[in-house]
Amino acid sequence: MSLYDLFLAPLADYGFMRRALVACLCLSLGCGPIGVFLMMRRMSLMGDALSHAVLPGAAIGYLVAGSLSLTAMGIGGLIAGLSVALLAGVVSRATSLAEDASFASFYLTSLALGVLIVSLRGSNIDLLHVLFGTILAIDSDALIEIGTITSVTLVALALIYRPLVAECFDPGFLRAVGGRGPLYHVAFLVLVVLNLVASFQALGTLMAVGLMMLPAAIAQLWSRTLPVMLAIASVTALLSGYLGLIASYHLELASGPTIIVTAALFYGLSILIAPSGLARRYFPRPHLTG
Amino acid sequence: MSGATTKAAAERGAALTLQNLTVTYDRHPAVHHVSGTLKAGSLTAIAGPNGAGKSTLLKAIVGELRPAEGRIEHGLAARDIGYLPQAAEINRRFPINVLDTVLLGDWHQSGAFGRVARAARERAQEALSTVGLDGFERRPIGSLSAGQFQRVLFARLLMQEARLILLDEPFTAIDARTTHDLLALVSRWHGEGRTVVAVLHDFEQVRSHFPETLLIARELIGWGPTTEVMAPANLLKARAMAERWDETAPVCEPAA
Repeated sequence: MSLYDLFLAPLADYGFMRRALVACLCLSLGCGPIGVFLMMRRMSLMGDALSHAVLPGAAIGYLVAGSLSLTAMGIGGLIAGLSVALLAGVVSRATSLAEDASFASFYLTSLALGVLIVSLRGSNIDLLHVLFGTILAIDSDALIEIGTITSVTLVALALIYRPLVAECFDPGFLRAVGGRGPLYHVAFLVLVVLNLVASFQALGTLMAVGLMMLPAAIAQLWSRTLPVMLAIASVTALLSGYLGLIASYHLELASGPTIIVTAALFYGLSILIAPSGLARRYFPRPHLTG
Repeated sequence: MSGATTKAAAERGAALTLQNLTVTYDRHPAVHHVSGTLKAGSLTAIAGPNGAGKSTLLKAIVGELRPAEGRIEHGLAARDIGYLPQAAEINRRFPINVLDTVLLGDWHQSGAFGRVARAARERAQEALSTVGLDGFERRPIGSLSAGQFQRVLFARLLMQEARLILLDEPFTAIDARTTHDLLALVSRWHGEGRTVVAVLHDFEQVRSHFPETLLIARELIGWGPTTEVMAPANLLKARAMAERWDETAPVCEPAA
């Protein structure tokens, strides 16, 4: 088997593989940076919660459309995710519950509701698709949707980069200079939900955050400056997507989980050999003179 | 230039006026019926025992806490106030370098979306060398010691060119050398005609560096020249007042 057969033939031969790869490219460009910011805001688990919150909306979209229509499910998921994000924020400000506690309550409710709604009408196969995604079934419409979300994300991130960094680094300062921190917090949450919806179509609710958090964790192991971290996150997400797709094709594995497992392998490797990883700890380099 | 205009303001009088100010936590007053005037261009220490409402007073002035009663009048925009909180909610592990942190002080010019002017970069460099951190521009925040980090925050305040500067326990857990350098910066601000207020618990520092003092123990005990306010009788009174805490305190009725 030549290198061509191994790495390019699956893409050259099958349209669905090409579309899946383009979807991975879009997802990695959007989700990578979003994941880094989530991690910087210490909201890693919040992303997970939000991805579950997308489910009931997607399920209702599925019921309304009557099939696994990615557009209907995407719109439903967007509405559900945004409402949970905002409701959780409102509840934590209005009561003494911390934001993570109210997020936890909301997302468990959403997950239960979502699975209930899907099981009302659909088969177990459908349920599996909703939970684990259908990256190989992505059609051009869904691809355009994902691409649009990615473009919006990149433009928006470029616009709100400075206030977002200030809000992550020192929210008190931003408040003191009248920088409208909460506004950027909400804008950022909207971006998170948008990207979860995009990623939900490919990887399902249970693993939608996979391409956000794993690359972000890898980036944090390799770099100490934010722009480099953002780039590393995107590149590792793309590499995991591509290698995962190829591996799932040759080994006949489910593609979504294979992509995440590939990212996890990169993560494990990084823990071992990255500058702030284990290797440096057990084989330290000699110290400098000053 | 700006020094001259603030000097002019100093002659006009008040930088800030408190009118019967009460700030509460769960209805218990932390600052109770405090009135008075902060002279423009003055250098004032806020002193008092633990739980006397010193930090609360600063938070009310910057607008983080809303008065339960009374008013704070200062006619300053948010950009004119530089505030250094005690337990800053700063994420020290955030991947940002020293220069970018100091440049945040240029927010009133560059804002959320504007360009950071070359002049601002030069001013940031200057601010860094003023606080004795030449060559630290590219160092990540996470690699600094507590004292160095406090110097960075002072450099950021320097960038802000605020007319009213509020410092909350700025020298707690900071080494003597850094404290000495930063106190010099505080007197420089005073010399430039800015109004500076600092919450301090070290009475020696207050006596030797701050001409005016506001002594508070939830209620105002004294506000004026340090030598008069920090008299032993006042200090004794402050200590006695702060130790009272009444879970079942009745509603405070206005004095007839």
